[in-house]
Amino acid sequence: MSLTHYLMVSAILFSISVIGIVINRKNVITLLMCIELMLLAVNTNFIAFSRYLNDEVGQIFVFFILTVAAAEAAIGLAILVVLFRSNKDIDVEELRELKG
Amino acid sequence: MTVEQIVFYVFATLTIVSALGVVTVRNSVQAVLCLVLTFFSAAVLWMLLEAEFLAVALVLVYVGAVMVLFLFVVMMLDVDFASLKQGFTRYVPLGILIAIGLLIGLYWVLRGELFGLEAMPEPAKHAADYSNVESLGMLLYTDYFYAFEIAGVILLVSIVAAISLTFRGRRERRGQSVPSQHRASKDERLHIIKMDAEVAQDDESETDDLEKAVGEKSGRTKGESS
Repeated sequence: MSLTHYLMVSAILFSISVIGIVINRKNVITLLMCIELMLLAVNTNFIAFSRYLNDEVGQIFVFFILTVAAAEAAIGLAILVVLFRSNKDIDVEELRELKG
Repeated sequence: MTVEQIVFYVFATLTIVSALGVVTVRNSVQAVLCLVLTFFSAAVLWMLLEAEFLAVALVLVYVGAVMVLFLFVVMMLDVDFASLKQGFTRYVPLGILIAIGLLIGLYWVLRGELFGLEAMPEPAKHAADYSNVESLGMLLYTDYFYAFEIAGVILLVSIVAAISLTFRGRRERRGQSVPSQHRASKDERLHIIKMDAEVAQDDESETDDLEKAVGEKSGRTKGESS
């Protein structure tokens, strides 16, 4: 298995999550899940490079990305719950209260 | 085809197919379950890359905690998810166009000459007594200890933020009201009372008063007790 194989898998994952963000214009939960997918692709890249360059610092970096991603997911879902309580909906296109 | 190649192709395909499922499935619960499958198969790919600790952490932390949180939220919110998917097909051409552009660019960067086996040969497998956890721990608790502690603080902050955002009970707390403090004038806070100065009494009469008061008090207690 060459490095290109792993990098292409994560590139395809990243492209799929970009498609998801473009086509799901309404559902906030799907947007959050697409961001998780992107982070997974990035982490796979880091781990592949850490293996082929024989440098374990890449895995440390993935460790911290996982930590921050977990915190982000928790806060994102909390904001989502608050949004649902106030709007009774989670449609992204309804979020125009700050629009001038 | 070696076993490693078979495992790689099977799980890479599974990862990509389930990621497509996350993006396209109508039902949000099914989308979350697809994402769980994606994480599982990505963990297998990480195992192939000999990152055992992170593969296990991905399954335990991500699938075990974050995805369960997602499932809870999806099931808790009473949203009509079908209506959220309306207008779904309108952006599909745009999305595919962007993705194809991105993939062409990425393939141009990642093509075989740069990252193939000739340019980057596969490193030797680790010995049987090699411990991935041990070597990660040696790095994490020495060189990256400061970052490790900051990560802990970030997690604490996110706990506090998530709880305070969704807290619904009574908020019993006392704080300053800065506007009312600013509005307060001198007249509200300070009263100047005019009164005559008291005349100093001499010592004897003072002690007499004291004795009388004590006597009255003891007499009262006697009366109460009898």
